[in-house]
Amino acid sequence: MSATAEEVTFFILAVPLLCAAVGVVISKNPVYAAMNLVATFIFLAGIYVLLVAHLIAFMQVLVYAGAVMVLFLFVIMLISLGDEHLVKERYRGMQLLGAAGAIGLAAVLSWAILDVARATPASLPPDFGTVKAVGRVLFTQYLLPFEATSLLLLAAIVGAVVVAKERI
Amino acid sequence: MPVQYYLLLAALLFAIGLVGVLMKRNALIVMMCVELMLNAANLTFLAFARQRGSINGQAIAFFVIAVAAAEAAVGLAIVLAIYRTRGGVNVDEVRTLRE
Repeated sequence: MSATAEEVTFFILAVPLLCAAVGVVISKNPVYAAMNLVATFIFLAGIYVLLVAHLIAFMQVLVYAGAVMVLFLFVIMLISLGDEHLVKERYRGMQLLGAAGAIGLAAVLSWAILDVARATPASLPPDFGTVKAVGRVLFTQYLLPFEATSLLLLAAIVGAVVVAKERI
Repeated sequence: MPVQYYLLLAALLFAIGLVGVLMKRNALIVMMCVELMLNAANLTFLAFARQRGSINGQAIAFFVIAVAAAEAAVGLAIVLAIYRTRGGVNVDEVRTLRE
């Protein structure tokens, strides 16, 4: 069985994605972790394009790799922890137990996923994943959640200012 | 290409994020790992949207991105407040409620 172009592209994107994700976890310096996280988000956007989710891939780059990461880097720079604060990772029993549990979870999930019968993907309409198709659903079927999201973002902005400000 | 590849990738990404949340003590890196887990959930939504040919999964992924942005803003503000009051961001040292 020869690999299709989709499979080749998937592995080209997935292997560095997982490496960058591991890099987030093993980095001691938060700046390096943030850079690895940017790489993870960008590779993930490529995977989204592979899944015919063009609008979501674009938003992934714009919102995550752009806005959220700038926010993270701002906070890292504001806090500016010296090197003496970075080497305090002590691994205690509960933490190692938690990591073992997480790996167990991954094993159970993988087993469950591989157990499912393989079905051929549905055929897609030509405008699947475009701004037009997703926007039509968002503004008809999901109009109320969409408006609630705007309220949520407003509350988050106000909350962030109130919490982070020293004196109101 | 079967949907299992994407689901396996999402499961691995979720597990990596979970390991980070449970093992790291730096609050900033813990929040980055929470973002990884949210992205794994998003990837699952999009994989099933592709598999079933349904646009609803992409709409939900849109909401997940919005909620994650709100979570990052409030969470980082809390990290800043913790740093101001305690002079560090080690999550083990933040246990006033427990004592």
